[in-house]
Formats: sequence, structure tokens, C-alpha cells
Amino acid sequence: MNKSKIVHIFLFVLGCLLALFYLSPMFILVNNSFKSLKEIYLNVLALPSKMNFINYTTALEKLNYGESFINSLCITVTSVILLILLSSMAAWVMVRFKTKASTMLFMFFTSALLIPFQCVMLPLVRFMDKLGLMNRPGIVFMYIGFGASMSLLLFHGFIKNIPEELDEAAAIDGANPFQIYYMIILPLLKPIAVTVAILNTMWIWNDFLLPSLMINKQGWQTLPLKTYSFFGQFSKRWDLATAGLIMVILPVIIFYLICQKHIVKSITDGAIK
Amino acid sequence: MKKSKLTFWLFVIPLLIPFLMVVIWPAINGIYYSLTDWNGIGKDATFIGLDNYVKVLTNDAGFFSAFRFTTIFAVVCIAIINVMGFCLALLVTQKLKGVTFMRGAFFVPNLIGGVLLGFIWQFIFVQGFEAIGKFTGIEGLSGWLSDTKTASIGLVIVVVWQLSGYMMLIYVAQLQNIPQSLIEAAQIDGASALRRLISITLPLMRPAFTIGIFLTLSHTFKLYDQNLTLTDGDPYGSTEMVALNIYNTAFDFDRFGEAQAKAVIFLIVVIIISSVQLYLGKRKEIEM
Repeated sequence: MNKSKIVHIFLFVLGCLLALFYLSPMFILVNNSFKSLKEIYLNVLALPSKMNFINYTTALEKLNYGESFINSLCITVTSVILLILLSSMAAWVMVRFKTKASTMLFMFFTSALLIPFQCVMLPLVRFMDKLGLMNRPGIVFMYIGFGASMSLLLFHGFIKNIPEELDEAAAIDGANPFQIYYMIILPLLKPIAVTVAILNTMWIWNDFLLPSLMINKQGWQTLPLKTYSFFGQFSKRWDLATAGLIMVILPVIIFYLICQKHIVKSITDGAIK
Repeated sequence: MKKSKLTFWLFVIPLLIPFLMVVIWPAINGIYYSLTDWNGIGKDATFIGLDNYVKVLTNDAGFFSAFRFTTIFAVVCIAIINVMGFCLALLVTQKLKGVTFMRGAFFVPNLIGGVLLGFIWQFIFVQGFEAIGKFTGIEGLSGWLSDTKTASIGLVIVVVWQLSGYMMLIYVAQLQNIPQSLIEAAQIDGASALRRLISITLPLMRPAFTIGIFLTLSHTFKLYDQNLTLTDGDPYGSTEMVALNIYNTAFDFDRFGEAQAKAVIFLIVVIIISSVQLYLGKRKEIEM
């Protein structure tokens, strides 16, 4: 009993120390975001002499924060909603139609998960340029293409466990396939839809390479793009950089605090598939 | 429900069209372009056979060293990330106060995008380490990113910081699946905590380890963002990984055909590694 209590306390202290260690880069960042550049060069570890918000206001302006945030948000939200709708529709008929074409198509979609982005990157830029899709709606279209395989796989696994009798009962009552999908199936998909939404949000929100190839124009930039060009512009201005980084990280931290439970579940669901 | 072919295609086509246009068509095109002298996004390409492959495989030291660095990097990262992830999982599944906070602290780095991770750690390595070095008198801490060896270690630290919490979540899920009765039975038989870990927990964790290794491999092998913003391949291209090498070949040197040949080689390697791993993973599960 006594021995186990000592082990208990030891583990608790170890856990807290490790957690603080993991968070220490954030602390250092926050601490320096209130300092002047001179103070940062003098000593990174010292506390700021006074709370100074000028770095934040300057960084907000230089990052075009409002505009970049809205760009990121619109692209992410539209892509995720469309991905959920389109891939759940496809997954539903692929589960219900047990034909050869259906199985082949499913395998076709999932095997594409192996293709590294670098492999399609250059021809994609050329192709999308020709089609005039190098803009914000175009990038949503591309995210649907790239997200299709994983989303389809997750919905497919979930719909397999929904009894087909439900569809049949609705069909007997005279519902057409669109009504069955929309009124019977879609409401049942809520748990897996949350998983698909979170996994795609995490990826699309943070994505850098695709937008940097497709929409790297003033006014269209997403947060990661803008952060990158901001760093290029102010490479040694650590006072602005630290404040800017904090502001770009903040939405993600808030997102985690709000959806903690769902995120944990999504990660484990997504990994097992 | 009347199962007509029309219904099937009506439901599939809205997803199939973007998928074909964004992934499949460029992939097929990419194989063709790797056989041409393509040298600019909008420019025409003429067929030159396997010349690009010959050039890349026989006369491109940068590509070889990028591949070697990526492989070593991936192996080191896989080992550290999975061991760390498993230890963290063991820690946060104990009945301790504050485990929710700990879990959050370990996991949050995973939500931050790669570009930001690189910049955050650039600050820590360049400014933070310098200050700690001055404070403690350890000289090795300054100039962390301008030395070949420490710069690679820096890249490992960033990726471990990012992914160990992710692996922790996966291992926590599996740990919670282990029936408590098994552990209790062993406890009654007098097995020590270490014995229980080795003889019960570890063998039952095997499927999760397969998943964990697969995920860390695919993350580290294809790493781009962190590589770009932390070191950008510096010093002297020593930390340049395959993805960055492909990008630079195309956009810095306008050698699109060669870059595409490298990408195809990369794809082949990824497919080989994945199938070997899938095969090994399946076989182990059957043995259980």
C-alpha cells in the first residue's frame, strides 16, 4: 500500500514535468511575444520588462490576419462539408450494390491512398492551370479529390453495419433513393461524419504545399501561406514572429479545447481503418 | 430499393470526377512526363525515353543523399516516436490526477501545422538554445541549425514533439481494450508489474504497433513542411529530404521531367515498403 503510493506520487510528478516540458516551447514563445527585439536578443529566458501588445497589433496587420483567417476558414469548411456529402453518398451505394464494378471501384479509390503528393504535384499544376482552376473554388475541388479516398473508406466501414432492411422498408413506403439517402441514411451517419470532418479539417486547415502551388496570390492566401511569406519578409524580426505564431496557433488550441473528446475519438477511429 | 445502374452512378460520379481529375489523371500523366524533357509548367514536352531515370539514378548525388537521409531519419523517428508514444500512453492510463491535462499537453503539438512547427522550433533552436547555452555554459548549444549533425537532430526533435502524442492516443485506445480480468488474474498469480507488461500487455498491443509504425513511417518518409521551414535542407543540403529535393529539382532548376522521374521512383519505393509492411503485419497477427 505504502509502496504503491510512492510509485503513484512519482508517476504524477513525472507526468507533470513531462507535460510542462512538452509545453515549454509555447511558454517561451508567449514570453517573448511581449518583448521588444532588443530584449529578445539580450535574453530569451528572462520575463518581459513590461506587457507590450505592440507586437501583436503589428503582426495582425502584417499577416492580414482577418483576411487570411477567413480564406482558411471558407476553404476548409466548404471542402469538409462537400467531402462529407459526396463521399457518404458514394460509400452508401458502394456498400449496397454488391456488384463487381462496385468492389473494383472501392479498391480503386482506396489504393490511391498510397500515392505520395509529390507524384501528382507537377502534372496537377499544369492541368489545373489549363482548366483555369487555380483559384479558391478550384482548391476546394482539389481537396475533394485528395480527401475522397480516406473519407470514403471511413464511411464505407460504418455503413456496412447499418442494416439494409432500413433501406428496404423505406423503399416499400415509396421513397426514392435520394429520399432514402437523405432521410434515413444521412442522419444515422452523424458519429462517423464527425470523425471525417475532424480528420479532414486538421489536414486542410494546416495544408501548405497545395495552396502554395495553386493560390499564392495577394488576397487569396490562407493562414499557413501568409505565415510563410510573413517569415520571409521579417526573417530576423523575432518580436513580430513570435506574436504572429501565437496568433496563428491560437485557433487550433481553441478548436482542441472545444472538441477535445471528438478529436480523440476521431484520431483513434481514423487510425484503425 | 430498385437497384438500377443509373442510381449507382448518380451517387458515385460527384465524388469520382474530382478524384479522377485531381489524383488519377495527374498520376498517369506524371508517368508520361517522367519520360520527357519537360522543363517548365506551361511548356511543351518531347518524349526522350528513360533518359531522366538514367540521369537520376547514375548522376545525381543530391537525390541519393536525400534518399539516404530520409531513410535514416524515418528509421530513427519511428523508433523514438513509438517508444515515446507507448510510454506516454502507459503514463496517462494510470489513475492519476491531471491526466486530461497531460494528455492535452502531449497531443496539442500534433494539431499545429508543419509550417508553423518548423518556425516555432527555429526560434527555440536559434534563440532559445543560444540563451540556455550562455546560461549553463554549454557551448554546443549555439549554432544548433548550422551544424549538419545537430540540424538533423533538430529535425528529429520537431517530429518527435509533433507525433509522439498522436501515437499516444492510438496506444491508449488499444490499452483500454485489454481486458482488465487478464491483468488481475496475473496479479493474483503473483506476477510483478514488469512481468505483466512484458507477458500480457506487449503481446496484446501488437496490432496497434503495426498501425503506429505504418503511420509514423508514412508521415516521416513524406515529410515536407517541417523540412522546408526548419532547415530548408541546410547546412549544405545535408538535411534535404526526398520531397524537398523533388520540389527543388522542379522549381529551382526547372527540370520538371527529372523531378517527375524522381517522384515515380519515390512512389515505387513507397509501394514496396507499404506492401512489405502490410504482409509482415498480417503474418504476425495470425501467429498470435
